[in-house]
Amino acid sequence: MAVLARADGETIGELLAQWGDPPGFTRLRGPESGLVMVRGRTGGNGAAFNLGEVTVTRCTVRVPSERGGGDYVGHAYVTGRDERRAELAALVDALLQDPVRRDAVRSAVIEPLARAQQQARDLVASKAAATKVQFFSMRTMRT
Amino acid sequence: MAYVAVKGGERAINNAHAWLAETRRGDASVPDMTLPQIENQLARAVDRVMGEGSLYDRELAALAIKQAQGDLIEAAFLLRAYRTTLPRFAHSQPIDTARMQVERRISAIFKDLPGGQVLGPTYDYTHRLLDFELAEAPEEVMAAMAAPDHAAMPRVPDILGEEGLIETNRDADREPGDLTREPLTFPADRDVRLQALARGDEGFLLALGYSTQRGYGGSHPFAGEIRMGAVSIEIEPAELGFAIDIGDLVVTECQMVNQFKGSKTVPPQFTRGYGLVFGFSERKAMSMALVDRAMRAAELGEDTTAPAQNIEFVLYHSDNIEATGFVEHLKLPHYVDFQSELQNIRRMREEVARTAEQAAVTDSVKVADQSAETTTDTVPSPSLPGLTRQPALQRQGAGCRVEPGNDGEGGVGHSFGRLVSDLANVPDPAKITDPTGGGE
Repeated sequence: MAVLARADGETIGELLAQWGDPPGFTRLRGPESGLVMVRGRTGGNGAAFNLGEVTVTRCTVRVPSERGGGDYVGHAYVTGRDERRAELAALVDALLQDPVRRDAVRSAVIEPLARAQQQARDLVASKAAATKVQFFSMRTMRT
Repeated sequence: MAYVAVKGGERAINNAHAWLAETRRGDASVPDMTLPQIENQLARAVDRVMGEGSLYDRELAALAIKQAQGDLIEAAFLLRAYRTTLPRFAHSQPIDTARMQVERRISAIFKDLPGGQVLGPTYDYTHRLLDFELAEAPEEVMAAMAAPDHAAMPRVPDILGEEGLIETNRDADREPGDLTREPLTFPADRDVRLQALARGDEGFLLALGYSTQRGYGGSHPFAGEIRMGAVSIEIEPAELGFAIDIGDLVVTECQMVNQFKGSKTVPPQFTRGYGLVFGFSERKAMSMALVDRAMRAAELGEDTTAPAQNIEFVLYHSDNIEATGFVEHLKLPHYVDFQSELQNIRRMREEVARTAEQAAVTDSVKVADQSAETTTDTVPSPSLPGLTRQPALQRQGAGCRVEPGNDGEGGVGHSFGRLVSDLANVPDPAKITDPTGGGE
């Protein structure tokens, strides 16, 4: 879910299409937009307080099992107001619960997304590292 | 009743809106501004609107800025109005700033500290010279890179806390108060105060924070740590029963370390003020931390003498949406109110004239009619001891016009109204016969 919540809807759709023909699904709820009240802690580690709200879109879908057994229900809550993303995230969540499809979906959808997100995080970390103050170089200059 | 329904303005209003739309677009030969442009290139404005609008949504904030022609308070107002149309699904688990993907992290109290000083995309060391290259189409610029180290970056007060040198924050066993659900009441606990500050006006908090540094409630602050970056949001939906990660948002956190407090049982410790705001908004996070600490004066046994230490004063005036509403409502029709004021002043003037006539008759000295009018400037202030002793309050009263009974809609529950009515029993202006005694 953490990976899907940070991907954009278009990319999830493309990866799903590459994986195969996404099965039909029934919307049980949503996609619908709403709010989540974000909390912080006093001093970072004390009592909670309400910081402000963030837009969130949620969706619940049902996917028939590939073998015709029980259905799988997928839930998604993602920040922002992209309904397509919430719907596809719920669909992927349902597919991941199906033992027959789980591994294939994980390697076709989740893993490439996770790799891209890790790269994006590494990029930010690299830029931050470049602005880290190296006090020891000042010491070497003085001696 | 403050307002009277007036018909006849509809066409004028429609045409005013049409003209507004035209001026918003500006010169049609200049390309229209897109939301991604605002989101990316006016990102600090987007941050401020999200913070003061108390709603994290970069795209909506960009739209609000575009719609408000860059008027950021108006844009925050638009976000506040929009949020009322949405249901609330849940509240998040408290965000963990220790696990932030740090883009900037500095400490003014330790040079060498675990994780180091990371400057991030800061203006701090720029020369504040206009860069005329930006006026042209600038070349693409790339940030420098270095191998990231994945060392932990503990929060600086937590480091001090290990030695017991700084007060500890205690968890509360109750749900935090929520200003969006319950109206502000006093005494306001720190959770509510922090929420109010987080959505408060940057300029107001900056000025108040500055005032504490200049001696109005100072507590000798050090910027223990400032950090900015993305934190993940987790919620626990009822239908799932476990916490899920629903995405990131960027926040700025400021930990002020302030001078000491001790007791018979606890040796002296540093005290702390806390700031946490949406987006990259360091000035506001720092101001918030200063004001948060100032508002703890009574709790920490300090004298409360300064505006920033007055919790009611700060919280009643920190919200720029409320403030702009009350200030700007003055331009709405007050025709009926003003009619009654006109009647009052005519009656007062008649009375003065009558008194003057009587005096003239008894004195047999002719008093020119004009002298009664010019005395307004020459007669010394009437005896209103409360007002003359506290000129600051007198100014507030004069600027604010919220005496109970004046407008009917303003003074109740409003601290200015109370301040003014408490003052030396200010006489009701309507009953005063001395033209110089109007109280304002």
